[in-house]
Amino acid sequence: MKKILLGTAALAFSAGMALAQDVVRMGTEGAYPPYNFINDQGEVDGFERELGDELCSRAELTCEWVTNEWDSIIPNLVSGNYDTIIAGMSINDERDEVIDFTQDYIPPATSSYVALSEDADLTGVVAAQTSTLQSGYIAESGATLLEFATADEIVAALRNGEADAVFFDTDYLAPIVEESGGELIFVGEPVVLGRGTGMGIRESDGALKDKFDTAIASMKDDGSLNELLIKWFGEGTDTY
Amino acid sequence: MFSFCTDPSVLSTPEWFACYLTTGKLMLFYASFGTVLLLLAITAPVALAFGFAGASAARARFAPLSWLGRLYIAMVRGVPDIVFFLFFVIALDQGFEYLRHKIKCPDWTDPIRQGSDFIVCPAAKLPLSTSPQIWHEIYGFSLAVLTFSIVFGAFAANVLYGAMRAVPRAQIETAEAYGMSHRQTFWRILIPQMWVYALPGLSNLWMVLVKATPLLFLLGVEDIVYWARELGGAKTARFTDYPHGDWRVWFFLGLLVFYLCFTRISEIALDRIMTRLTRGQATMGGEAQRKAA
Repeated sequence: MKKILLGTAALAFSAGMALAQDVVRMGTEGAYPPYNFINDQGEVDGFERELGDELCSRAELTCEWVTNEWDSIIPNLVSGNYDTIIAGMSINDERDEVIDFTQDYIPPATSSYVALSEDADLTGVVAAQTSTLQSGYIAESGATLLEFATADEIVAALRNGEADAVFFDTDYLAPIVEESGGELIFVGEPVVLGRGTGMGIRESDGALKDKFDTAIASMKDDGSLNELLIKWFGEGTDTY
Repeated sequence: MFSFCTDPSVLSTPEWFACYLTTGKLMLFYASFGTVLLLLAITAPVALAFGFAGASAARARFAPLSWLGRLYIAMVRGVPDIVFFLFFVIALDQGFEYLRHKIKCPDWTDPIRQGSDFIVCPAAKLPLSTSPQIWHEIYGFSLAVLTFSIVFGAFAANVLYGAMRAVPRAQIETAEAYGMSHRQTFWRILIPQMWVYALPGLSNLWMVLVKATPLLFLLGVEDIVYWARELGGAKTARFTDYPHGDWRVWFFLGLLVFYLCFTRISEIALDRIMTRLTRGQATMGGEAQRKAA
């Protein structure tokens, strides 16, 4: 086994040397289903994995997947530890100052409140993930913002009563609400935030951005992007 | 893993767990224990070497060398660990890449800093962006070892510096009276006797180091705490064959047991080393051993 591994590593290494420019390292979080998550085999899986692999094959790039903590995902992109961020990152002005975005591959998403009961106080303590559009929205809404590093923790905070409600991406919350068997419910109206989800790319990497832009456009044109969106987010999701 | 694992939703509890505990993801969790132990096994001696060099430099008679040693100790001890782990590592990485860039691509004319981007030529990337993921992981791990060693080396240097001064002055004077040179006194009299004074401080550092390993995740190395958090989080049936609720408390309980066992083993080992080092020393412990014998 070890020898095989070493052999493939050596092979991959020498093959890599030949097409030096064409290996693109795709950075993702791996903790945000259905966008991206680590499956039972320990590999990156999800909507973005499938999308990313398809984009790479259309752009004729060899891609490699790496995971990185959400908090330091932008600093590691700009210092060159990987070449793209494909992690359900919404396009907004604050991020756009530091990195560039491709065109959106998911239409602007809705965010929703989830609580334990219909009469939950949405101006009380609301949990959201750190440095997201949602946490910014809550901070300005007048409610008390309770931040957690991962989306999983905000739901846990709601269940154990630390927060009156959580405010997060509807697509992430939907399967959780569905499977909670009535314990969790959507409260209030969904809110549309941001300018859609795109891939983050270094500002100096214009050529790579163009390649992915073209690939995303071609997937929008032939309808394969819509198929993927419906496959991972269900029938009711927004498509192009 | 097992042949009956094809549809976990119909399995009985023991079989379900047999399947769950042998999925590829859990294997990565088990492997991360190896990562942590390997980190400790490499970092401890390297940090001790840094500490020894720092302490020797600090008490050197050549003034600039002494300043250098003292500066190292004071600077690293004064900077909070988390700052070190967040910024120092990225700076170190960029420093290496900058040097390689200067050597390998002398004709490169584009600026290295473009806005917030750090751009070196492709040949100077560390590791090359074309190299397989395993090299990136080894490189990240090495940076982690280096950073841990520098930080803990500074603390160890201070402990060793104190221990060297704790060796009774009379011992040194006797050595000098026998005509030993400064170097001979240092290696033959001072060093063998200082360990017994240094060990309590060093054993504290070891314990702190054991528990500081979750800082690894800041450096992009997936350690046991990262996996416990990731695996313990609630999983819905759509994205895994093994849905479960919030199990973080169980995973962290496992880590607690691991850390406690590790602490106990360390204590036993350190006690043995202490007994060995005390033998024949002019300390209360050494005197007690002499009387008991």
